[in-house]
Amino acid sequence: MPATIPVEKDATKLPGLERELHLLYQMLLIRRFEERASQAYQQQKIGGFCHLYIGQEAVAVGALAAARQDDYVITAYRDHAHVIARGASLNACMAELLGKATGCSRGLGGSMHFFDRANHMYGGHAIVGGHLPLASGLAFASKYRGEDRCTLCFLGDGAINQGAFHEAFNLSALWKLPVAFICENNLFGMGTHVARAASVKEVATRAKGYDMPSMIADGMDVRHMRDTVYTALQAMRKKPHPFFIEARTYRYRGHSMSDPATYRTKEELEKYKQEDPIADFKAILLSEGKLDETKFQELDREAKRLSAEAMRFAEESSELPLEDLHKYTFVDGADR
Amino acid sequence: MREISYRQALNEAMEEEMMRDPDVFLIGEEVAEYNGAYKVSQGLLEKFGPKRVLDTPISEAGFAGLGIGAAMVGLRPIVEFMTFSFSLVAFDQVVNNAPNMLIMSGGQFNIPIVFRGPNGPAHQLGATHSHATEPLYSNFPGLKVAVPATPRDAKGLLKTAIRDDNPVLVLESELLYNIAGPIEDKEVELLIPLGKAELKREGVDVTIICYAQTVRMALAAAEYLAKQGIQAEVLDLRSIKPLDRETIISSVSKTHRCVIAEQNKPFCGIGAEIAFQVQREIFDELDAPVLRVAQEEVPMPYNERLEAAVLPSQEKIIEAVYQVCYL
Repeated sequence: MPATIPVEKDATKLPGLERELHLLYQMLLIRRFEERASQAYQQQKIGGFCHLYIGQEAVAVGALAAARQDDYVITAYRDHAHVIARGASLNACMAELLGKATGCSRGLGGSMHFFDRANHMYGGHAIVGGHLPLASGLAFASKYRGEDRCTLCFLGDGAINQGAFHEAFNLSALWKLPVAFICENNLFGMGTHVARAASVKEVATRAKGYDMPSMIADGMDVRHMRDTVYTALQAMRKKPHPFFIEARTYRYRGHSMSDPATYRTKEELEKYKQEDPIADFKAILLSEGKLDETKFQELDREAKRLSAEAMRFAEESSELPLEDLHKYTFVDGADR
Repeated sequence: MREISYRQALNEAMEEEMMRDPDVFLIGEEVAEYNGAYKVSQGLLEKFGPKRVLDTPISEAGFAGLGIGAAMVGLRPIVEFMTFSFSLVAFDQVVNNAPNMLIMSGGQFNIPIVFRGPNGPAHQLGATHSHATEPLYSNFPGLKVAVPATPRDAKGLLKTAIRDDNPVLVLESELLYNIAGPIEDKEVELLIPLGKAELKREGVDVTIICYAQTVRMALAAAEYLAKQGIQAEVLDLRSIKPLDRETIISSVSKTHRCVIAEQNKPFCGIGAEIAFQVQREIFDELDAPVLRVAQEEVPMPYNERLEAAVLPSQEKIIEAVYQVCYL
């Protein structure tokens, strides 16, 4: 058994080969973590809503591999992957799903509200489009302070028709704020196909109305994601301005755990499963001689082991005491 | 002591806090080059430059949310709504993102932000521009709500709000911007705590609880009542949240009668909450049912005579006092 592979704080600093194996390993960690979570949800260990990222792993992993550790990251409610890819422990993430005090939001946020301040992960936000103005604010702060850090803001394709999206796009472009809006276009806003929701044929077109540069990335290809986002961030650091990246991807599970996803065909799902970001990247690395089957199994076993360990940790953790109920309404403890 | 206007008091509060803390900045519609739609931010652009005094597009959800995001990483924005009637298009930002962040993040992110601007009916602005939003925002745990009635309170409460590490709404009033009142000299640091009501006039026969626009009406009513031999105690709440329950309870325990003069609609309004608190705490002390003087329960009409009929007034407060005194 290998020792636990550390989640590298700044993946771009790893030497080439390790860096790529690291991308694969992060995708495996996220996949195995969510498979565990899915089981636990069915066993009713997890309450509320739970939106899985399975199928979309290359987007968060690739994009965040291109980011600096001090860049600000914020996302919507399908947020497990971003927090894990950012470096949070699986233990803290699983504990959050189980509502435990050891969770990344002390069990007070739940699946949709993962936060990790130490890793500059500014949440998990559950009102569609509502976090985009927050992203503009994060970017505003770095510009206000004369810092060259960027903000990466992930959103779903469902968000592109919300008012807050357009207000955030306009303000960010008007004030030249260094924020990369990364739209995870998985084709469905819950059960409504993007073609039935957006007036534009291509999501990326939305940027044109704001004179904002945009790119389209293959969201099933982790290298392409990484390189696209890296290119955008480099340009933004040189000269602050916003960027829009449409990442074309697909989720293999329903919108949330309760969604049987009857709005799409089996054939469509099968087609995208043939483009599985993990299987594809594994095949590429094998063909390039950067990986062998033994090494892959090693990485996968480790991801499964850590996920199982996270579940054990979460189940053994305790909940916040009832006495703490009023501690988080005001930061100074004022209570009414 | 000197006299300044409510508008000038707010301006001084922002100027002093921006001098004191480089993380404080002001954003909103027309706050910079136009010097504020109601001239509250007059001169601030000139003093602090366009980096810290920023005109926004007409985009309330956008700039309110931008402020909250900046506050997540430690800046201390003052977000001006041209009126709180317009805050309603930023409602999700104000009630979901600002107050929920602390608990949702397990205590990792507090939001030190001030939302301020005129609130409540002004003069013939019609239904969309006359909202008194204090009951609305007071219903969200995690938000503090200040309602200054005087220049002194406007300055002291706003300065406190800017230094508060939580989201605070400072609900001003267009009708009060021009009023003048006594205030400490500029050299004196004036901070007024949130959650402390002020006894504006002592009395023994009835307590009139008021805030913001209704304070002047209540004081005028008390003056009139004194001539009739009724000694009314006038209590200015100054902040709705936190609510100074202790002072309310102690005053009504003394007078045994209570009239609440509020500027909002009565249904689920501020008076409803206070009346509940009073009957819950000191039921046996009451010599009469608590009465409310509030707006009529209709959207605001434009017509001047009809608008006046909707609003609380000195006369309506006097009438309510007669009723609780069984006169």
